Amino acid sequence: MTNVALDIALILALLLGVTSLGTSRIGAAIRYFWMQAAAVAMVPLLIETRSGGLSVHAWVLFAATMVLKVWGVPYFLNRSVREASVRTEVEPLIGFGVSLMLGAGLVGLSFALARQLPLPQRPASDLLIPVAFSLLMIGLLLIVSRSKAVTQVVGYLVMENGIFLFGLLLIDVFPYLIELGVLLDLFVAVFVMGIVIFHINRAFDHIDSHQLDTLKD
Amino acid sequence: MRAALHLAILLLLPPLLPGIVNRVKAAFAGRRGPPVLQLYFDLWKLVRKGAVYSTATTWIFRAGPVVTVAALLVAGLLLPFGGGLPGPAAFAGDVVLFAYLLGAGRFATVLAALDTGSSFEGMGASREVTFAALAEPALFLSIAGLALARGTLSWTTMLSGQMPAWHSFGPAFAMLIGALFLVALAENSRIPFDDPNTHLELTMVHEVMVLDHSGPDFAFILYGASIKLFLLGAIVVRLALPFAASIPAHVALFLAGMIVFAVIVGVVESTFARLRMNRIPQILVAAGVFAALAMAVILIRVNG
Repeated sequence: MTNVALDIALILALLLGVTSLGTSRIGAAIRYFWMQAAAVAMVPLLIETRSGGLSVHAWVLFAATMVLKVWGVPYFLNRSVREASVRTEVEPLIGFGVSLMLGAGLVGLSFALARQLPLPQRPASDLLIPVAFSLLMIGLLLIVSRSKAVTQVVGYLVMENGIFLFGLLLIDVFPYLIELGVLLDLFVAVFVMGIVIFHINRAFDHIDSHQLDTLKD
Repeated sequence: MRAALHLAILLLLPPLLPGIVNRVKAAFAGRRGPPVLQLYFDLWKLVRKGAVYSTATTWIFRAGPVVTVAALLVAGLLLPFGGGLPGPAAFAGDVVLFAYLLGAGRFATVLAALDTGSSFEGMGASREVTFAALAEPALFLSIAGLALARGTLSWTTMLSGQMPAWHSFGPAFAMLIGALFLVALAENSRIPFDDPNTHLELTMVHEVMVLDHSGPDFAFILYGASIKLFLLGAIVVRLALPFAASIPAHVALFLAGMIVFAVIVGVVESTFARLRMNRIPQILVAAGVFAALAMAVILIRVNG
């Protein structure tokens, strides 16, 4: 028997990921990201509800994700958007309509790929692995197809959400490891990217990463 | 008996929907609005009038509205209304014919528009087919998803009986309903894709094509448009209310569902702004992506 609430949370995360491919406003992309993070944060709770009682680990994961990804990271990103005064993704390398279609193709690929994958144990939902893969790929697509550093960070974070979902596969076996991985990974990533963005901004007065390609001495 | 009831609903009720939509829009604007039966009065007025034909037009122009309505009525014969009234002409594979009958109806309208020789109508025709070409993948992907879920290629078997919808395919069906609702809005040139009331040259899409029709021809155009809204609405309503019940209950449920559908369309039209022309393809692609995702989920549930 499938868990409808878990399905809805996973599909919501997937839809928000696809939607973020189609938006030109950086503020909207950040909003889609934190909504997605909220949906993903629900997943450990819903998985555990399905198998019986709720453990402390699930609550810790939930709370940490909520605080870090739903509140902390968007706050930080919005600030850097404000400081750099860049509101829209003006010239993406791949247009929004095309990236939507590419995104759909990648999701299809992920669904096909997920069925080939030998897993150590049965996942809590048959959608967990496909959605995790899809978010990974959508995140990658965002990173390679956008020219603004903030959108690329959002792409990285979407990817991170996918990795988080993937990690949940092992939540019963290695709960501490997952928690550690999730939190450390995210912390370091945002820290580094924040510094990078800030410095691009300080040094060059904008956050278009393509300007870095044309540096001359 | 059931076929007669199906036919009566198909022939008589469609003009009611635009009436309800307009009443809802008027209520949002703080007006009373035209009577719910306004479109019936309009049709009755128009069929008694004479038609004016430009000397530039040929028989194609005269055939356009008739072919459109005929194609839509045949499409209506393939579609079940709710769970209780099966399509009188249903057969295995009728989903494809249904989609192409909608296409044939549009083709006739487009040809009639081009036949006038007016460049303005040509522009409208070009816009209409551009958007239709993008709405069609969404429609077909939704049909494919439904066909996978039910293991059949006929609307009647696809939408009848106890649908397995909400427990195993829940989110997938929600996405299908979303995609089909967007397709219904786009196919019927409603806001946010096109405004059926606008007559501003720059932004008109569908209305441009029918400017030269008059009298009974225009009555057919309006009648055809209401049938199209009714048919696509019927699919959305049945998907949203996937219950099994006795036949009278089914019919009542279906009619109530259609009224709610018209109210929702009215609410959407009152609360959403029209999209910029270059944003429309993006939303239609998004509808297609919705349908594709739904299909992926259904595929995994069916095989896994």
